[in-house]
Amino acid sequence: MSTARRILPWLSLLMLILLPALAGKFYIELVAKIMIMAVFAMSLDLLVGVTGLVSLGHAAFFGLASYVLVLAAPDQYTAVSLWTSLPLAVAASALLALVIGALALRTRGVYFIMVTLAFSQMVYFVFHDTKLGGGSDGTYLYAKPTAMLGGWSLLDFNNSTQFYYAMLGLLTLIFAFLRLLLASRFGHALRGIRSNEQRMRALGFNTYAYKLAAFTIAGAIAGAAGYFAAVQFGFVNPEMLSWHQSANVLLMVILGGAGNLFGAVVGAFTFVLLQDLFSSLTKHWLLLMGGFVILAVMLLPGGLTRVSDSWQAWRARMQGG
Amino acid sequence: MDLSIFLIQVLNSVQYGLLLFLVASGLTLIFGIMGVINLAHGSFYMLGAYAAFTLSSLTGSLFWAIALGVVLAVAFGYVLEWAFFSFLYRRDHLQQVLLTYGLILVFEELRSLAVGDDVHGVAAPPALAASIPLGTTMTYPVYNLFISAACLVVGALLFVLLRRTRLGMMIRAGASNREMVRSLGIDINVLFRVVFALGVALAAFAGMLNAPASSVYPGMGNQVLIICFVVVVIGGIGSVPGALVAALLIGFVDTFGKVFLPDYSGILVYLLMAIILLWRPEGLFRESAI
Repeated sequence: MSTARRILPWLSLLMLILLPALAGKFYIELVAKIMIMAVFAMSLDLLVGVTGLVSLGHAAFFGLASYVLVLAAPDQYTAVSLWTSLPLAVAASALLALVIGALALRTRGVYFIMVTLAFSQMVYFVFHDTKLGGGSDGTYLYAKPTAMLGGWSLLDFNNSTQFYYAMLGLLTLIFAFLRLLLASRFGHALRGIRSNEQRMRALGFNTYAYKLAAFTIAGAIAGAAGYFAAVQFGFVNPEMLSWHQSANVLLMVILGGAGNLFGAVVGAFTFVLLQDLFSSLTKHWLLLMGGFVILAVMLLPGGLTRVSDSWQAWRARMQGG
Repeated sequence: MDLSIFLIQVLNSVQYGLLLFLVASGLTLIFGIMGVINLAHGSFYMLGAYAAFTLSSLTGSLFWAIALGVVLAVAFGYVLEWAFFSFLYRRDHLQQVLLTYGLILVFEELRSLAVGDDVHGVAAPPALAASIPLGTTMTYPVYNLFISAACLVVGALLFVLLRRTRLGMMIRAGASNREMVRSLGIDINVLFRVVFALGVALAAFAGMLNAPASSVYPGMGNQVLIICFVVVVIGGIGSVPGALVAALLIGFVDTFGKVFLPDYSGILVYLLMAIILLWRPEGLFRESAI
């Protein structure tokens, strides 16, 4: 089993590299969007799957960064530099995550779920009720950021293919970074907190600080995803930080299988493609989505990347009577 | 601020707080006793409001609509627990969140299929449609007073049920120690079903009662759900008196926030929650269950 799991991420990477040569503009843009969502989902997986923190407010960090991109520009028509606006957006999301995390991590379990949801809703209302980012309508962003290097344009975000490869680079980078993080002492401590926090405390770990660090890192990465989502869509609105967005990204993580990062990527692909499929079938596609969510969570609690485990557990139960 | 405006805001605060209490008390009971976090609880409020709209146009009277609606809500809750929620008890909170989120999508779309996505008004009963003059220029609708009064009556009945009846004793015992109740030979499945139906009926009742004052619109349940989470977090999970105090507190903060800081009124409630979390992370009424 482990050979298949080792090869799959590399195989997927190869397919993603080749895709622009084989597919049209529509699919290039769709897959670029999915890769952004995959980065977002991986950041949540660090909390849900690795550390055992179920956050239902992760869209706040995604959405804040996209608003920072808009607010960084003097007006809608002026392009800002990637080198200043991206760090600014990521830092803003990390700071917000630090503040919300510091409060929310005082609670645990079901309180934590409700509190993260409530705080993200507060951020939602900041942008929904005030004139800051265009109120409930949001704002259009006509100029995409520029990436200049020594007077020479490194990347043109208006070009779908270049944007696609930039997002593939981001996805690969974040995936590798999180893999390294998980293999480090820090990552092992997070997994230890998930399986038994009390024991980790008894061993002398300051679990609160570890959880807060994980929460802040996850917020920063979600911010990077939100920044590029705003770059791609060309507009921001409060829906980007609504609680539906938080629930959807949580679904992606669980759908693919929490705790192994690759599952989050699989989940993002499955979720967005299903969304596309269902909404092309009927106006009332959310009914199909709701039914699918219920069935998937009932039947595949371990997610798509652990289908074989679920199947074996089911067979063992049948045989055991 | 002159006295009549102040009085109107106080009445509005109490009305909003009491409505929140009805919805949140069901949420907190369901969590306290069954250990289920139910995101679809706001949908019961929404379904109640739409039931008031549909049934009052069918029967021609809001009172009949509410009476019929409560019976339907109890039956609906009873069946839903049996058909869906009874499968959630052994799942972890994460899966409960996702499964009940899926349920929200299903309820919203079924509502959209059945009555469409338009905003509808519901007429207050003619007997309560008048307004009371306050001061020289202000008036206050009688129906809004009726909402507060009805909430108070239902809230009082809930306290009597929980404190003075055998069923209430079982519910309180279930909240403080589920396993013990089970081992004492009380049929926990029936108890769960009754509590769930009670919670659904309370939320749907609040939705029906408030329909003439708020009108009915898509997504109205989600707004209520998230504020109710704040109520439950502030009051302490599983505590009905905590839910009452927290709901009234939020009623006042939200209503007066809209008067004094209209741009930031949406945020104030959450700031209140943040302050209380700093002070008491487990809510105001953690010690005393129910």
